This record gives sequence, C-alpha cells and structure tokens, in this order.
Amino acid sequence: MVSHLTTEAARSIAEAVPDPEVPVLTLGDLGIIRAVALSDAGVDVTITPTYSGCPAMNAIGMDISLALTQAGYGAVRIQTVLSPAWSTDWISAEGHAKLRAFGIAPPHPRGTVLPVACPHCGATNTSEIAHFGSTACKALWRCNVCREPFDHFKCH
Amino acid sequence: MSTASISLSKEPLVRFILRRADDALVLGHRLSEWCGHAPLLEEEMALANIALDHLGQARALYTYAAEVEAAGLDEDAYAYRRDPVDYLNVLLVERPNGDFAHTIVRLWLYSAFMSLWWQAMTGSKDAQLSAIAARAVKEVAYHLRHAANWLVRLGDGTAQSHQRTQMALDQLWPYAGEMFTSQPDEEDLIATGIAIDPETLRQAWLTRIMNEAAQALLKMPTAPFSQQGGRSGNHSEAMGHLLAELQFMQRTYPGAQW
Ligand SMILES: [Zn+2]
Repeated sequence: MVSHLTTEAARSIAEAVPDPEVPVLTLGDLGIIRAVALSDAGVDVTITPTYSGCPAMNAIGMDISLALTQAGYGAVRIQTVLSPAWSTDWISAEGHAKLRAFGIAPPHPRGTVLPVACPHCGATNTSEIAHFGSTACKALWRCNVCREPFDHFKCH
Repeated sequence: MSTASISLSKEPLVRFILRRADDALVLGHRLSEWCGHAPLLEEEMALANIALDHLGQARALYTYAAEVEAAGLDEDAYAYRRDPVDYLNVLLVERPNGDFAHTIVRLWLYSAFMSLWWQAMTGSKDAQLSAIAARAVKEVAYHLRHAANWLVRLGDGTAQSHQRTQMALDQLWPYAGEMFTSQPDEEDLIATGIAIDPETLRQAWLTRIMNEAAQALLKMPTAPFSQQGGRSGNHSEAMGHLLAELQFMQRTYPGAQW
C-alpha cells in the first residue's frame, strides 16, 4: 500500500465529504463517521444513520466510496451501526456556526428548552410555522422581528 | 430475480419483526397516498415526512429480519414478494385513508400506541431491536404531536370538522384493539425480554387517548374492539388493492432498479 494512504488520511477524506441535503455541513461536522479502518482488503467506513427515513443515507455511502476511491484507496466497504443512536448533539460547534451562516437555526442540546434565534437577525422572537420542513431534519420557522422565514434543524 | 412469492418463515423472531415492519410499511404507504392531495402545502410536507419515517423504520426492520432468517432474502423480497395472506400488519393501518380527519385519527391512535411500544422496546434484550427503537422513539414523538395537534384543531374546529373527526374515531375504534394482541409464538420472546407484551401498554395508551379526545371535544366510542385478523394474515379487501399498487413494479419487472 502506498505510504500516504493512512487511516488518518482516509478518515479526513471521509469526514470532508459534504452532506447531500445540507451541503454546508460535512459528514465530520454531522458526526456520523464512527470508524475508519484500513486493511490489506481495503477501507471499512462505519457510519451511523441520522433518521430512519433519511433518503440521503444511500447517497452518503456512495459519496464516501467515491471520495476514497478517487484518492487511491482500494475497495471501500460502508457499514452502518445503529447503536448508540445518532443525535443532533453530535453536530460539532463548527457545524453549528456553518448552519447559522447558511441561514439555518442550529439544533439545541437535547433536553433543553431554549428560544430559537433567527439566523438572519439574531432575534429570539420567533415562531414555528410547520414542524415538518423541506427535509426530515428541519422544521420551518418565522422571525417575528425581521419577518424572514428560516429552517430550524430539529433536535433529535 | 424471481417474481415468485416467498414463503413466510416459521421462526418466531422473524415473524415478530415482520409484524412491526409490515405495520410501518403499510401505514407509510397509506400516508404517501396523500402526496399531491394534502389540504395545505405544509401538510403535504408533513405527511410525506412521516411516511418516509415509516418507510425507514420498515427498511431497518426488514433488513434485520433478513439477517435473522438467513435465507438469502433482503428488505425488497419481504416488501415486494409476499402475498396479502403473508402480510402480518394490523388491520388498522391498511384501512383506506378516507378524508383528512380519518387519516389524522388513525395516525393518532397508532402513534400513541407506537410511542409507548418503541419506548418499551428500547429496553429489548435484542441489541439490534433496541437500537432501531432508540431512533424510532424520537421520530414517533413528532408524529404523535403532529396528529394530536390536528385532532384538537379538527375536533374543536367547525361543526363539519368536528363531525368528520368524531365519525373517523367511531369508525376506526373497533380496529384499535388489535395493536394490543400478542401472538402465541411471541410467548418465549416476551418471557426472555426480547419482545414486550403490548397488553401492558393498554392503560397508558387509553389514558392518553381519553385525555386528548376530551381536549378535542370528542366522545369516546363505546364499541368493542371487534375488528382483527391482520396479525394472522386475514386482511380486508383493501389490502389486496394496496399491495397491487405497492408491488406492481417489482412483480412486473423483477429486480428493476433505478
Ligand atoms: Zn430575524
């Protein structure tokens, strides 16, 4: 195996893959890459699915395989592990900042009740329009100050 | 790839998993029938999202059933190559959607039960079932909240919305009891802590249902839980029509992918 093809490098490549539905976030920001293991047979990447009904999970597996193959890694096997269940608490602090900059209010820590701050103007005078939004992970909110609608990444 | 129907495993754990997977798939299919017909754009998205959650739960359960059965089957074989008599879902989920109130009342009755069921299953001695439950329990909380909110809006709404919601509750009530039945082949699974006895959830379910029905100004039905049979493969006529649509592509073009 070529010397620069290390486990650490493979992990960085997998973690840098953008999420297909919220492309400002990488899979590393989302926290769904659980393990990367290199062997003579290739690379094993273990991921934790986000939502049962998330149609992006197949695409995520394919995107990881493609990125690693293009970087010169051999056979890529994607394994999914369900336990412990993924939670929005696994999204990194950097991920939160990226979501806000993209106009999506990031999720609160699980078990907390906090006002949802408008990602445009920062006001906390906001209200929910619909708790099922454009994708499984988001609810639709509205800012009562700047009047802009915005997505809120649901706590999960 | 064959179009031939597969035969149903006799293995109790496989059957236990398929019963719940079938509930999720069939209800998910019913909810997906609202695509393009929902009364509001937000509701269109909500029902599609909820349908997707059920499809995702069904997929996880079918995949696990295939692993346990170890007969070379996969999730698609269970979904697309079983005849109605080998589907084990409760009759409640196969009822046609009816109007919007009917769809909401069914989702509410079912989600109120499943939120308790998934919660209890997070403690299953079977690690995979417990892991699937840990994810599903969070999803069903949203489904239940959504259905209960609508129940109050409709029940405590206009004269027409109230009347339709009451009628839906009266019509669906006889089907609700089947959710609390367990099958003879589940006894060992329950004794060993892999499965749970749904009867133990009945009181908590009923308390919640009565409380929310009261908020929605609905009268509790007094009819007995007379309609059951789906768990043993005795389905209503609606199930054949549902599967004809759900299975059409794979039965016609075996193994088709896109
Ligand atoms: Zn604002």
